Amino acid sequence: MTRLMRAGIAALMLAPALVLAPAGAWAGEGEGMPQLNFANSLTGSQVVWLAIIFAIFYVLLSRVALPQVAAVLEHRSATIAGDLDAARGAKEQADLAVQELTLATRKAHADAQAAIAAAVAEAKAEAARHAAQLNQALEAQLAAAEQQISAARGTAMAALRDVATETASAMVQRLASVAAPREAVDRAVGAVLAGRG
Amino acid sequence: MAAEKSTIDALGQFHLDTGLGAIGRSVNFANSNVMMVVAAALVLLALHYGMRRRAVVPGRLQALAEIGYQFIHDMCVEQIGEEGKRFFPFVFALFFFILIGNLIGLFPYFFTFTSHIAVTGALAVLVIVLVTAVALRIHGLHFFSYFWPEGAPVVLAPLIVPIEIISYISRPVSLSIRLFANMTAGHVMFEVFATFMLMLVGALGAFGYVLALGPLVINVALMGFEVLVAFLQAYVFAVLTCIYLHDAVHLH
Repeated sequence: MTRLMRAGIAALMLAPALVLAPAGAWAGEGEGMPQLNFANSLTGSQVVWLAIIFAIFYVLLSRVALPQVAAVLEHRSATIAGDLDAARGAKEQADLAVQELTLATRKAHADAQAAIAAAVAEAKAEAARHAAQLNQALEAQLAAAEQQISAARGTAMAALRDVATETASAMVQRLASVAAPREAVDRAVGAVLAGRG
Repeated sequence: MAAEKSTIDALGQFHLDTGLGAIGRSVNFANSNVMMVVAAALVLLALHYGMRRRAVVPGRLQALAEIGYQFIHDMCVEQIGEEGKRFFPFVFALFFFILIGNLIGLFPYFFTFTSHIAVTGALAVLVIVLVTAVALRIHGLHFFSYFWPEGAPVVLAPLIVPIEIISYISRPVSLSIRLFANMTAGHVMFEVFATFMLMLVGALGAFGYVLALGPLVINVALMGFEVLVAFLQAYVFAVLTCIYLHDAVHLH
């Protein structure tokens, strides 16, 4: 930028040569260069008016016009900063809401899992209870059946003694042709049965 | 601008006359002063109408006003530093006064007040007086150390100090001559080529019209160039003012 500027300034420094040459050439006619004609009182007086005009221009600019622009620029940057702040706040709120939502989802998930687990556990417990009941009933039936069997067996055993006694008496009658006394036979049968267990 | 004119009157356009009729004549109000008022009024009106709506999203004129404001503001802060904000209205006034003066001078029959050495000289003197006053106010008598580069051998003092003083004094001279010469040169060239067209037509008739296309094309190109010069010279004037103000505020 500055290099370009310098080159520009250097080139423009040559401009006076370009002007002053023709100025010299035409100096003979009329008033010459009006810019250097100080016989014309306007050449000097225009500077006085320049001072007045430039002073008014400067005062109006610095007091009225430029502060207006500055106010608008300031207002704009304030508005933009405010908007950015609002956007940042909204984003924070949105982030918070998202976080809340995530938490709620996670909690619901956990609740559902717990409910499922509870239901499964209950079902299992119910099944176990049912199985235990069934077992009990079956065992009771088993016990009853065993009792019946042992009762039948006892009856059968008792009957067996009578049968054995009668059979022994009959065999003694046949073989020895004597009537054996009932008590003796019964005792002998009892002793044999006892010996067999 | 009669075709029968045989000589080229390239300088008549710079002739000062009184403006605003009898009132202007009674107070020596020149035609250049009329254009000064027009230039100042154009700037003020553009700012006023541009900023009237005070929109957050600017329209065209408001964007123009804001760009001008930002451009000069950045220039001041960049060249002078933070203190440059104090001089911003002055540089703004200077830049746009010269710029609009240059630009409206490009319209036919409009007087170019920046082509007068008295005007550019007065502006340059204003700048240099301001710069010196600022330097004296901030640095007091220490300001005069400006003419003595630090660490230079004392033996060279009789040589260096006058050179530094001359270079300081030549600032307003170069500042004013640069602007005046550029504007004068451009307008002389316009006049020379325009008159040349009339002379060709006057001397050669129908064939002259064909030949006159040459100077016409040159003048069209010259107009583009002069618009560039109008901006460039206003910018150079403002930037140099900023650089001088930087020196005044910071010394070296």
